[in-house]
Amino acid sequence: MRRLLPNKKGYFGAYGGRYAPETLMQALDELTCAYGAAKRDPAFQKQIRDLLTNYVGRPTPLFEARRLSARAGCRLFLKREDLTHTGSHKINNTIGQVLLARRLGKTRVVAETGAGQHGVAAATACALMDMKCAVYMGTEDMRRQKMNVFRMDLLGAQVIPVESGSRTLKDAINEAFRDWVANTDDTFYCFGSVVGPHPYPRIVRDFQGVIGRETRKQIRNLTGRLPDLVAACVGGGSNAMGIFHAFLEDQTELVGVEAGGRGGEPEEHGAPLNFGSVGVLHGARSYLMQDAGGQVLRTHSVSAGLDYPGVGPEHAFLKDSGRVRYVTANDREALNAFRMLSCHEGILPALESSHALAWVLSNARDWRGKIVIVNLSGRGDKDLELVESLT
Amino acid sequence: MTVACVFRKCRSRNEAALIVYYTAGFPTLDASLETISMLAEAGADMVEVGIPFSDPVADGQTIQHASHTALKQGVTLANILKSLASIRLDVPVVLMSYLNPLLAYGMDGLMHDARDSGVSGFIVPDLPVEEGGLWEKKTRQAGLDLIYLAAPTSSITRLTRIAARSSGFIYCVAVKGVTGVRQKRSADAKQLVRKIKTLTDTPAAVGFGVSTPEQVRHAAGFADGVIVGSRIIQSIQQHEDTRALVRSMKKACRRPKGVSS
Repeated sequence: MRRLLPNKKGYFGAYGGRYAPETLMQALDELTCAYGAAKRDPAFQKQIRDLLTNYVGRPTPLFEARRLSARAGCRLFLKREDLTHTGSHKINNTIGQVLLARRLGKTRVVAETGAGQHGVAAATACALMDMKCAVYMGTEDMRRQKMNVFRMDLLGAQVIPVESGSRTLKDAINEAFRDWVANTDDTFYCFGSVVGPHPYPRIVRDFQGVIGRETRKQIRNLTGRLPDLVAACVGGGSNAMGIFHAFLEDQTELVGVEAGGRGGEPEEHGAPLNFGSVGVLHGARSYLMQDAGGQVLRTHSVSAGLDYPGVGPEHAFLKDSGRVRYVTANDREALNAFRMLSCHEGILPALESSHALAWVLSNARDWRGKIVIVNLSGRGDKDLELVESLT
Repeated sequence: MTVACVFRKCRSRNEAALIVYYTAGFPTLDASLETISMLAEAGADMVEVGIPFSDPVADGQTIQHASHTALKQGVTLANILKSLASIRLDVPVVLMSYLNPLLAYGMDGLMHDARDSGVSGFIVPDLPVEEGGLWEKKTRQAGLDLIYLAAPTSSITRLTRIAARSSGFIYCVAVKGVTGVRQKRSADAKQLVRKIKTLTDTPAAVGFGVSTPEQVRHAAGFADGVIVGSRIIQSIQQHEDTRALVRSMKKACRRPKGVSS
């Protein structure tokens, strides 16, 4: 039954909803209707399938990492989202949303980005479908992810630097919101994660759900059964929701790995499900990092994509219901996992995905002989400069 | 005086109510309270006290900056309420706050403490009617107003709901966009207020982007109230004669004989 959520008002249990300025409510209503119609429209579904197959390069492989498996003592499989066009799972969602934007008759797309992967994916889909694209990015993230800024520029998108607040993903979302409030007539907001006001958490989950649907089939073909564990990193939580959703009704254990950063003290990590409390940020009720007065706190993670004080409302629901376990891996563990995968399997993972791998590697003794899947949500090329500087 | 009284009084004088917004804690909590008292003396019929928030998505740069400055000094809703209790104004005070600081304070404690501090109601820009049910109930029980916003983009179905459920007045957002000073006056506002007037007798006040006495005069021609905010903060920042500015805005609220809203 969990798979049928959210309800009509966009709630996953007590979480989600639509806490948005009135100016956006009409646009959100329209989006909900348009998405409902698109879901039932075979032509729209075929368009998405064709693009995912021929442009994105789906299905992505489920690869058995034998050398790492031998070290860890389990059968470790990697869902290779790093092999998609643009190098991360974000493209699954932007293809779908930009198609929706066109269906709604919009001519311009705004997006926020942290690590730059969603920005690149949005810029890519917009180039492909001839839409104007503006991407808001914190200047701190622009510094950390120079290459992605250049990529967006080449793809014809306008990258707008955000100087407010902590100059990271949270503030980029604020600015993208403000842009959208002023331009709802012609502009579509392409949210990058399973956060934001209803219907975004649902739409993004559905578009990312392809990851889990493929994985479920692939693991059965490869091993004849379902996995014992699926692990994924959680910032906003889109790659995790994408792979978890197909397994919610199964016995498979699901683990979401948040950014442990430098430790459990406030502002030292990006782990609201582990250390946060319930509040309302960016249009939805969920867990977030806040002080006693309800002010949103800064976060820290070595990976820009996990450097966010909130988390998708469906994760909040899955945490409370106990269906998914949420844990942390810290900066150091993620960097070690990054190196481990590079030299044992010849795969450079994104620092975000490295968190999921790190947790699995440090807890491998609990999974001896078991089938374990890690969602490798993106590739690590964007992180090379940072990793080099930390070596 | 209640919010409703203010509008009744202004209507009888054939003028629009002047509602002045100011961010509590800017540039310091003490200074902001002095400013708020001055605004009331200078002619504001109602004061809208802004509660600073880390992520003010409906606000433009002026109010973002004011909020940020206030938060850097550790200003909280709790100490704002305490300070408001100590100044007692002759005009109603409504709090303008994003939802999260209110949630963190706790609903029941907030109703009690707000009333004790002389607050008359709440404006919550990220609380649309869909999510406001419980807040309506609590504010009503406490004898406080919950003022909903209406936007140029709101459908007639939404406006009907907002008109039926907003208490005190309806905050009509004049522009598609965030708060802040704008050169041009909006054509959307007049249409929005007209639509609202066909739906309810609850007063309609226009805000967002209203910043000069001329823009105030224009809005006063069709609305029951006019809300100014960012311009006042700028005026304080730039050490202008804010008192004179508010006076001229109040003067601009008076309609010529023979014209009513």
